[in-house]
Amino acid sequence: MLQYILRRLLIAIPTIVAISILSFVLIQLPPGSFLDDYAAQLAQQGEEISGQQLEALKQAYGLDEPVYVQYYKWVKGIVTRGDFGLSLEWNVPVSQLIWERMGWTLALAISTLLCTWLLAIPIGVYSATHQYSKLDYLFTSLGFIGLGIPGFMLALVLMWFALSHFGIDVGGLFSQQYQNAPWSAGKVLDLLRHAWIPILVGGSEGTAGLIRIMRANLLDELHKPYVISARARGLSERTLVWEYPVRVALNPFVSGVGFALPDLVSGGVILSVVLSLPTAGPLLLNALTAKDMYLAGALVLLVGILTIFGTLISDILLAWLDPRIRFSAR
Amino acid sequence: MDGNQNVTSTQGMPTVTNNRSDTGAPLLEVRDLKTHFFLDEGTVRAVDGVSFTIRRGRTLGIVGESGCGKSVTAQSILRIVPRPGRIVSGEIIYHRRRASQNGHGDEVLIDLTRLDPMGREIRDIRGNEISYIFQEPMASLSPVHTIGHQIVETIMLHQRVGREQARQRAIEVLDHVGMVKPSETIDRYAHQLSGGQRQRAVIALALSCQPSLLIADEPTTALDVTTEAQILELMRDLQQEYGMAIQFITHNLGVIAEMADDVVVMYLGRQVEQAPVDDLFFNPRHPYTRALLRSIPKLGRKSRERLESIRGMVPDPFSVPQGCAFHTRCPMYRPGVCDDPEWLEVGPNHWVRCNRAMEPVS
Amino acid sequence: MNENIAKATVSTVPPTPAPLAPEDLPSSEARILVASPRQLMWWRFRRHRIAVVGTIVVILFYLVAIFCEFIAPANPDTIDGAHKYVPPQQISFIDANGNFTFRPGVYGLSPHRDPVTLRLSYTSDPKQWYPIYFFSTGPDYKLWGLIPSNVHLIGLGPNSDQPFFLLGSDRLGRDMLSRIVYAARISLSIGLVGVTLSLILGIILGGISGLYGGTADIIIQRVIEFLRSMPTIPLWLALAAALPPQWSPLYVYFGITCILSLIGWTRLAREVRGRFIALREEDFVLAARLCGSSQMRIIWRHMVPSFLSHIIAVITLAIPGMILSETALSFLGLGLRPPVISWGVLLQDAQNVQTVAIYPWLLLPGVAVVIVILAFNFMGDGLRDAADPYGR
Repeated sequence: MLQYILRRLLIAIPTIVAISILSFVLIQLPPGSFLDDYAAQLAQQGEEISGQQLEALKQAYGLDEPVYVQYYKWVKGIVTRGDFGLSLEWNVPVSQLIWERMGWTLALAISTLLCTWLLAIPIGVYSATHQYSKLDYLFTSLGFIGLGIPGFMLALVLMWFALSHFGIDVGGLFSQQYQNAPWSAGKVLDLLRHAWIPILVGGSEGTAGLIRIMRANLLDELHKPYVISARARGLSERTLVWEYPVRVALNPFVSGVGFALPDLVSGGVILSVVLSLPTAGPLLLNALTAKDMYLAGALVLLVGILTIFGTLISDILLAWLDPRIRFSAR
Repeated sequence: MDGNQNVTSTQGMPTVTNNRSDTGAPLLEVRDLKTHFFLDEGTVRAVDGVSFTIRRGRTLGIVGESGCGKSVTAQSILRIVPRPGRIVSGEIIYHRRRASQNGHGDEVLIDLTRLDPMGREIRDIRGNEISYIFQEPMASLSPVHTIGHQIVETIMLHQRVGREQARQRAIEVLDHVGMVKPSETIDRYAHQLSGGQRQRAVIALALSCQPSLLIADEPTTALDVTTEAQILELMRDLQQEYGMAIQFITHNLGVIAEMADDVVVMYLGRQVEQAPVDDLFFNPRHPYTRALLRSIPKLGRKSRERLESIRGMVPDPFSVPQGCAFHTRCPMYRPGVCDDPEWLEVGPNHWVRCNRAMEPVS
Repeated sequence: MNENIAKATVSTVPPTPAPLAPEDLPSSEARILVASPRQLMWWRFRRHRIAVVGTIVVILFYLVAIFCEFIAPANPDTIDGAHKYVPPQQISFIDANGNFTFRPGVYGLSPHRDPVTLRLSYTSDPKQWYPIYFFSTGPDYKLWGLIPSNVHLIGLGPNSDQPFFLLGSDRLGRDMLSRIVYAARISLSIGLVGVTLSLILGIILGGISGLYGGTADIIIQRVIEFLRSMPTIPLWLALAAALPPQWSPLYVYFGITCILSLIGWTRLAREVRGRFIALREEDFVLAARLCGSSQMRIIWRHMVPSFLSHIIAVITLAIPGMILSETALSFLGLGLRPPVISWGVLLQDAQNVQTVAIYPWLLLPGVAVVIVILAFNFMGDGLRDAADPYGR
């Protein structure tokens, strides 16, 4: 088991390196450097920037050096000092901007994942064991709809509904009054009142998909001899369903879940733009359009690392759950 | 393990299961059992009026082609018939023995058809007093649990023992079934064992609570011939030792000849013949039984001769022929005579469902 | 054994009392009906009523996309400053005199200015009623940019100068219905084009990987794993932002499809590779090789047909994903740019919740997206179930 984990970790490292290179390359792609835009912006506002100042800025940001040197400096800064560079647009170190955002991204993604699981597994099991019942049809239909309606559409509709019928603005994670206030019970309550929308909407597609997978997998397993054998040994229905076929049905489920976390993180980008959440998404969008390369690069890198860890965790979980994989010589 | 008295506990009450001196006493009586499957396309009468008696310490063989209802009969006993199947009528009387002071139990008669299939009573019986083993050992063991887990779970479910003691008993029973290094194998997974070992594990699982009846549904069909011989020998030894009854279901007449004391022949959900094993093989009376026996290839036959097969095909289960189920394929069929076959006694304990059974063989 | 023929047997064997004769075999008296696998698939598919409905909807949408110039009642770019943010007009079968007619018509609009907010709003005026004509004359257009015409599927005919906004109008007074119809062409075609690119990449690379194995397989597998472990959306955003702003809309269109398919091909490649690997070991392939078939023949005649239907099902389910991705990108402003319109571009107007609250019909392009995605999902599900020979 330990060997398996170590092997997976080893494979993950070159992938992370590759992502960092890719992030950096992507950021270099947009034509026109930030400084040209900056200068043009200043000119529009009536200010001027001298050639010398431009040169000085270029040097400070290392924009005149060859690409691989820039990359090396960037990585070195991250690894040794946790310095992701300077945000050219906000004029503060990138690290100041991203950690809180990444924190919220992670928190929301994990909460959504947990809620998804907590909902999808029991509903899937119920659907499979009570096939063709009325509730089963209801869940299946809801599932189809959940799969069909994209998250951000659902969010838009919900927000419109809330605004036009109840007059409340459900965007963001906090109401105005709690926005910058210190943590208190009231703030936590406010958070919960706002958080259910991103969690519900963000999880809707995932939940629907997982319910279908769970139901299909379980249906496959329920008629197999080992289940009947367990019943023939006198186990109660509920015990034997959860202990045997559900355990087996969870396996492909788990490997799919591994991609759920990264999907949530990256898919949450669009959703968080619509709902104005303080997560990585809106910041990334902003950074990309403004060609703020250090900020955008840092965000893409971090999200990428998160993705890889998500996959790693799912692989480990899968191996832990299914002894057949553990023992196979791979 | 002394063969006279074995005590297992169900809900704290010891149950005397196997007393050697009671060999031959009725243990399970099936009376006119009918189990039908209600499908959209129609009703399949999988078991259509079957009666037999299983006796303590003896082996009853059930023989027939695929689809004749032998498995469904066994499933009906333990009430694990899958939906949309249902027991429609009939009785299954189980003679349960409970221990009392003198060690010789009182007998309680329970009609298994009246029990709730998901209820407490039938669950107490399953795996504990009546066990079932399936055809494919790999498929009947959980792929993600060790075999030890499954045996220990069964023991702890039916007997009032802690985990440590249950594990000890599990190792003992694995040893009994001839498993090599039982204390190691107990922590193995099914896919790590060979075919023969798996079947032994399945047998251990079934015997872990010392049942009085073992229902074996084609237990050796999936095994190669040498392993099959070993498993059959094991089952015979265990039967001796535990004094338990076996209901052996198979389509293999050779195995029946080796294992069974009495035989029931089934065709399309009905019994056609019932006899002690020797009588069946030396004096088969039903045309179907005769045809079955004739169709076995024999050593020493000239290779040019045609193999004998039964003419026709098994009818579609939705349209079973009226009257005698076999008449469409029977060489002795005569309309008018064979329309309502009766159950005739043709010898001691030898019964045939055929109106022309008493006539000399053509 | 040629596994391409499935037999459905219906046999009638009359009971014969005659004694057994060796020549009396059942097959000589049985009728055997044969159905090709394609027919079987079709029958199974037909039983799935929801899938059939989905397919019909998909076909309808693509017809609209193909003939969008004809179906839309107006030009999508025609600005009508006098009629901004008009709500969807009411259709009524009761004319201006209060009589019932069979021909549907729309009520005219009378504007109100709210005294407090100074906002202009419109209500229906039942006294003005304009009948809707089919195949009416309307604004000029060129079908597919080639065939000039001015016949539209629906229109107000001789009253064409009156406002006709069946789905309302946007902030510049442009007809939403026409814009949605025109946008269908772009949104739906991106789905097809993108998936085709993914398909080509996926089949080629997956095929090489699966069939030949070895180093090529290992390299391609690593690449796929790497791509799969990358976060897709930030990648898209970054790539889309990297497209030069001065590119013409057509280049942008192709750029976007390329980006979308570059990330989407991995799933298809894995499927194809998995299938080839499984099929490589199948007995019927071995049998074909033993019969002396060439490698090409084995691939095309034996292997591909057995997973073709499965691949079709996978593709059908991949198209809505593409459509959705393009919609999302354009919605965020990183995808297609005006004057090219897709449903995502139209939804940009709905970004502001306050605006949407007052003018909810701006969300209608989203409804179109949802319907298409659902329809594709149903259709794909039906295809997948029908293609699986071991399903129920």
